Amino acid sequence: MSDLQQLYQTIILEHSKARHGAGELTPLAEAVELGAASGLRVAESHQINTTCGDEVTLRVSLGSDDETVTELVWTGEGCSISQASASILTDTLRGLNTTEARALLDNFREMLRSRGKIEPDEEILGDAAAFGGVSRYPARVKCAMLPWVAFEAALIEAESH
Amino acid sequence: MVNGHPLTYLDSGATSQNPISVMEAEQEYYEQRNAAVHRGAHTLAVEATEVFEEAREKVAAFIGAQTDEIVWTSNATEAINLLAYSFSNASLGLGGPSARRFSLGAGDEIVVTEMEHHANLIPWQQLALRTGATLRFIPVLDDGTLDLLAAADVVGSHTRLLAFTHGSNVTGTINPVAELVALARKFGALVVLDACQTVPHLPVDVKALDVDFAVFSGHKMLGPTGIGALYGKADLLADMPPFLTGGSMITTVDMAHAEFLAPPQRFEAGTQRISQAIALAAAVDYLSETGMDRVAVWEAQLGQRLVAGLAEIPGVRLLGPGAGADRLGLAAVDVAGVHAHDVGQFLDDAGIAVRVGHHCAQPLHRRLGVTASTRASTYLYNTTDEVDLFLATLAEVAPFFGVSTGANR
Repeated sequence: MSDLQQLYQTIILEHSKARHGAGELTPLAEAVELGAASGLRVAESHQINTTCGDEVTLRVSLGSDDETVTELVWTGEGCSISQASASILTDTLRGLNTTEARALLDNFREMLRSRGKIEPDEEILGDAAAFGGVSRYPARVKCAMLPWVAFEAALIEAESH
Repeated sequence: MVNGHPLTYLDSGATSQNPISVMEAEQEYYEQRNAAVHRGAHTLAVEATEVFEEAREKVAAFIGAQTDEIVWTSNATEAINLLAYSFSNASLGLGGPSARRFSLGAGDEIVVTEMEHHANLIPWQQLALRTGATLRFIPVLDDGTLDLLAAADVVGSHTRLLAFTHGSNVTGTINPVAELVALARKFGALVVLDACQTVPHLPVDVKALDVDFAVFSGHKMLGPTGIGALYGKADLLADMPPFLTGGSMITTVDMAHAEFLAPPQRFEAGTQRISQAIALAAAVDYLSETGMDRVAVWEAQLGQRLVAGLAEIPGVRLLGPGAGADRLGLAAVDVAGVHAHDVGQFLDDAGIAVRVGHHCAQPLHRRLGVTASTRASTYLYNTTDEVDLFLATLAEVAPFFGVSTGANR
């Protein structure tokens, strides 16, 4: 497989089109209120990659009692890496508790920043391991991280509710 | 070599590569003449001042200006900011009665266009915010050219300043300077020309264009980074208050006041970009020896080859006017179903360097219905083979990303 094929693995190209978890976001205030009524803490974060204009807004719903990421919804536009990353994030993190989600995020970030030195651990990362090829392209690491940074910020916000 | 391929550099619209003579000029300066200019009486300082001022003379002559009408800046962005802050200072009453012609306030209008690079938009936005003036713009048509009918409505008796680009860094369109200058003159408005994409590529004569101010950057015209210039008509520069202040721009100073030098020194505070100015003069020598007419003809050919070839690739949309139109040797495209960042990555894998993103022109991209594009921009050193390689590689993008173009391929 060439470096380019490593970067654009089939699973990434598929997710960039399938866009799991992408959908219309209702007004945030409404969602927060609605969530509170059913015992959920709702928060979102909008992240932009200023070098290329990629955008992701990710909304997190967190259980009030059990610290579970119960729902993830996002909108965004940008390159296949950033959009596939949001899609795979949704599949990967939904249903995890916050400790598990953070551990996975840390692992993902460390792998991406390793400039290809750390082999992605499929056991831990699941489909997100497909972004291993991205770590050899420092200019693209931001693309892959964009939705994860949004998740991290939204999570902190939700926890403060 | 880039990614196992010879480099195909098609990003000269962002920054150009340098001839050896330019690098040698900079090195020779540091080896033989390095000293602060316009101060000190020792031999080196005198020699440094001489070559520094010779550089100004050369660059001025290159665009048809008088020598003292060229102010060195870091780049075109700083040149536009210099104007905006000078006008801002005039609006505060600095510069005395003669600077009043630059003073702006509520009811005054600054006009730009929808196709401007952010460098020729944001300084004016900020100037409007500081002075209470209103910023208006000439809209862009679907084909990426200026709506000149609308321009006649936008520019009017309240217009004090009209700032527009000579050539678009996205669509490659060359704007009708004479028509826009005539419109501004009708209402006594000042004209600022962003000539970043034209001074490097076409013969430009600021006197023939009759603009009041023009700006350009050295690094886009075979020169080094860190140097650009502001051209201003001598009588206008003479009436403008300074932007940056400090050493080298004053005559007499006491603890409360300072008197300023005449232009261009008035606008050149602090130790100047001496080696860069000298290297830029070497770049100008290189361009003059080649002949700007020849450069323009060659790049027009490359530009036409680009747009003609792009029209043959299914799913590729050219931003701006197509083949036949008068254009610079650059083209920006949208590849249906593939983000510009991915297009750029694919091309880079083949050693082809292009620009991806909004090219510092977000409003224009929004107007044309895209958030980002892929731009190939040529210069005198590019070949038809390089353009052909770009076109052939671009044609492989949609298939690689699994996007159907609806064509039988």
